[in-house]
Parts: sequence; C-alpha cells; structure tokens
Amino acid sequence: MRAASIAAALYAAVLYGFIFLPVAVLVLFSFQGGRFPIPPFNGPSLAWYAAVLGDAKLMAALLNSLVVAVVSSAVACLLGFLAAYGLARFRPPGTALSRALITAPLAVSTLIIGLGLLMTFSMAGVERSLLTVGIGHVVINLPLCFAILSAQMGDHQVNIERAARDLGASEVQVMALVTAPMLAPGLIAAFFLSVTFSWDEFIIAFLLSRFDVTLPVEIWSLLRSGLNPKTNAVGSIVFLVSIVLVFLLELTVFRKAARR
Amino acid sequence: MSPAANTDAQARRRDSARAWSFVAPAVLWTAAFFVVPFAVMAAASLWSRVGTDIVRIWSLDNYVGFFEKPHLVAALVNSLEVTALVTAVSIVLAYPLAFIIAEKVPRRWQRLALILAVLPFWTSYVVRSYSWLLVLAKNGIVNQALLGAGVIAEPLELASTRTATVIGFVHFFVMLLTLTIYANLVQLSPNYRRAAADLGASTVQTFVHVVLPLTRPGIMVGAFLTFVLCIGDYITPQILGGNQELLLPQVIMLQIGRRADFPNAAALSMILMAVVTVVYVACARFLKIERA
Repeated sequence: MRAASIAAALYAAVLYGFIFLPVAVLVLFSFQGGRFPIPPFNGPSLAWYAAVLGDAKLMAALLNSLVVAVVSSAVACLLGFLAAYGLARFRPPGTALSRALITAPLAVSTLIIGLGLLMTFSMAGVERSLLTVGIGHVVINLPLCFAILSAQMGDHQVNIERAARDLGASEVQVMALVTAPMLAPGLIAAFFLSVTFSWDEFIIAFLLSRFDVTLPVEIWSLLRSGLNPKTNAVGSIVFLVSIVLVFLLELTVFRKAARR
Repeated sequence: MSPAANTDAQARRRDSARAWSFVAPAVLWTAAFFVVPFAVMAAASLWSRVGTDIVRIWSLDNYVGFFEKPHLVAALVNSLEVTALVTAVSIVLAYPLAFIIAEKVPRRWQRLALILAVLPFWTSYVVRSYSWLLVLAKNGIVNQALLGAGVIAEPLELASTRTATVIGFVHFFVMLLTLTIYANLVQLSPNYRRAAADLGASTVQTFVHVVLPLTRPGIMVGAFLTFVLCIGDYITPQILGGNQELLLPQVIMLQIGRRADFPNAAALSMILMAVVTVVYVACARFLKIERA
C-alpha cells in the first residue's frame, strides 16, 4: 500500500511537471536579460515587459481584444439567457429543434465557422473589422451561454416567478427583476467563460479581422520574428490576467454556488 | 368548441407567441451567422476558381481533385494519425492523474489539485504552442538538460517535427481529459466498490470490472472533444510541426492564404466536417449502448 502511494505521488509529480513545464519556461524567460529566451538564464530583467508596454500595436491589440471579448460575451449572454428562459418556461412547439440549432456550433470546428463567415461576408460585401470578429465570437459563445443558463433554469424558480406574476409583475419585469437575479451565478459564470474564450480565440479573429486585430493575432505576427523574450513577456501578462479571472470566478461564483 | 377549450387554446397560442419573442433572437442569430455561412460554404465547395475569379459552375471537381492529389489525401491521413495518437496518449496519461486526484488526494484539497492541473489551460492558445517551441528548441531547455547530463552528444531535432505537434496537443488534452474523467470518477457511488469487495473482488479486479466500465462515459466525452478540437486545429501544427508534413487545417489555410482558392478550401472543410460527423455518429451510438 505504501509503495502504491509513493508510485501515485511520483506519477502525479511527473504529470504536474509536464503540465507546468512550458508555462514555467515561458514566465522564467520573460525576465531574460539577453536577446534570446533560451538557457542560460541571465536576469531577472524587466526590459521585455517595458518593451511590451511601449509597443503601441500590442497595446492597441490588447484593448481591441478586451472590447471584443466584453461586448461579444454580453451579447452572447443576453441572447442565450432570453432563449433559455423562453424555452424552459413556455416549452413552445419546436423546443427540441431550437435547442439543437442553438447548440449546433459547439460541434463544428472554429476553423470551419470562421471560413464560412469569411466567404459569406466577402460575398455580401461586408468589410472585415472588429465587428465581424465580434459576430464570429458570439456564434461560438452563444451555445455555451445557452447551455449553462438552460441547465440553471430549474423548476424551483417557477413558483417564485408565478408569485411575482400574481402580484402584477409584467413578463419583462419577472425576467429582469426575479429570474435574472436568481440566475446571477450562472450569468456571471457564462459571461466570464465567454470572455476568456473570446480573449483567447485565434482562428476566427485571424480570418475576420483586417487592420484592427486582437491580441492573439498580434502575438501570431510577433511569432514570425522567431523566439523573442518579448513574446514571453506578453504571454505571461495574458496568463496572469486569465489566472486572476479564473480565481476571482472560483472565489465568488463557484464557492457560493457550492455552499448553497 | 366549448368556451373553456377555446380560451385554453388561446392561452397556449399566446404562450407560444411569447416564447418565440424570447427565443427568436438567438435562433435568428444562429441562422444568419452559422446556418447561412455553412450553406454558402457547401455551395462554394461545388464552384471553382478560374484565375482569380470564382466561377459559379456546379461540379464535383474539388472533391474529385482531393482524391486525385496525393498531398491532400496525405494531409487527411496525417491529421487522422496525429489525432488518434494524441487521443490515445492523452487518455492513458490523464486517467491515472484523475484517479489519483479523486482517490488519493484528501477531499478538501481536491478542488485545488484539479484547478492546478488545468491552470495552464488558461494561457493563450497561441502562446502555449510557442512555449513548447522554447522547451523543445535546438538549444532549448530539454536539449541543454540532456546534453548536460551526457545522455546525448548532439542536440535532438525536436521542434518542427510531428513529435513536437503531438507533445503540444497532448499537453492541452491531458488537462481536458483529467477534467472529464475526474468529474465522472467523483460521481460514482462508493457502494459499487463495496459490493464488489463484498463479493470477493480484489482491488485490481474491482478497478478493471467495475470502476473502469463505469467511467467510460467520462472517457468518451473527453475523447470526442479531443478528437474534434485536435483534428480542426491549425495553430499547434503550424507552430510546432514545421513544414515537412502538413495537417488538413494547414492545407485549408494554405488554399485561402496563398492561393485565395475559396472553393477548394470549402471542399476540404466539408471533408473535414464529414470525418468529424462520422466519428460523432460512431461515438453517439457507442455511448447509447453504454447507457442501456
């Protein structure tokens, strides 16, 4: 039994090592003193972080990414919430079909979604821009938001909604003042999950953007210059932002949901 | 019709109309920006490119061309081989880790152990592949460590190979599969194992005949996700795989990047989708059998 435990601990240590190896190398060499992010390490130096913050293109891309992520996630959450509410509460004819349609993009590779949109926009004469990128991101995040919020639409909320209606609340009031607050944890989770996906999404942003690009696309063009500690620095910043988001989400939403 | 039935039908119609005002935005969005583009792409795959123009003459040329050009078929075969290998290796590596987290780690630490196991999931996708490039580069950390230890005399060509692509993929999907398998493991009632033990099964027998079959849904969900995401990914092979051997998504991107050949790219995408659909149908049937 002891031998088994030691073997298990060893195995876990090796796999955690494998999982963290690239991240550790990335972050370590973002503090590299020299021009190449490879051993030997001579640092620590913050020069590359200064280079990132001083890079106008990277900063513009970062801002673009934030705007696209927040706006497209808000739209995806709103559409997903309305659809989940309508289908869960009224069960209109065609409910199963609507569910299948709304969740269908989950099963299709983002490369294909992006290509289809690119062809459609170019045939319709729509210029590629951050708007088209945002539209693409809503397409991939809407199924996710819809699925999360549908799962949260339990029967126990129906009675409270009915009580609100009996007290004279309109349908919109019920939804905005009663249902939405009850689903707040799900809404926040869906929103932040969408933000992280949109923030990190590459292929749709790459295909559908032109002059204004998002951060992953800008990092992609940075890669053409080969191994560069600047890429390490911007990668570490992105990682830090995502980690903070994930931990905030864990500490606020999920901790609370688990306690309930 | 009685008045009661009449108002009943009216109420139902009113409910239905109300429901559609909620559901319509999402359905219309999906129709406009997912179904229509897909139809456009399906149609475009039957057109052809003459010079720089796209000609709307319907033909199966792009599909016939796929099977006639060895480098296109090779890309599909490469994609299938890499995806199958990645899926298998990821399951084999992730299962013990999920098992250790679910069984050996004290309950109050499990959530933290799991969060840590998937933490690099949240690095940027592009950056994650780049990080592996750093690790595997000719003068990167792995080669330097092996040289220093005297294991090898010459640095290994690790980057820009299929091995590098597979390592990059496995890294990502080990995290994903650990999640799905863990979620499955903690749902199992301990009664199954108690019953098996009461009936005289050894730990190994219980695992092979009870725990493993019961976690097959978790494995299948993770494996299917791995397959779909892996076979459609462009970034990892493009950054880590080099130019010696291309996978299908890279060939698709080449059609639009270098040649602006949308019809051909569309046809290749349809073939990629067909492959995924076949696997989905196979998996769905398998999962249903499991449930019955």
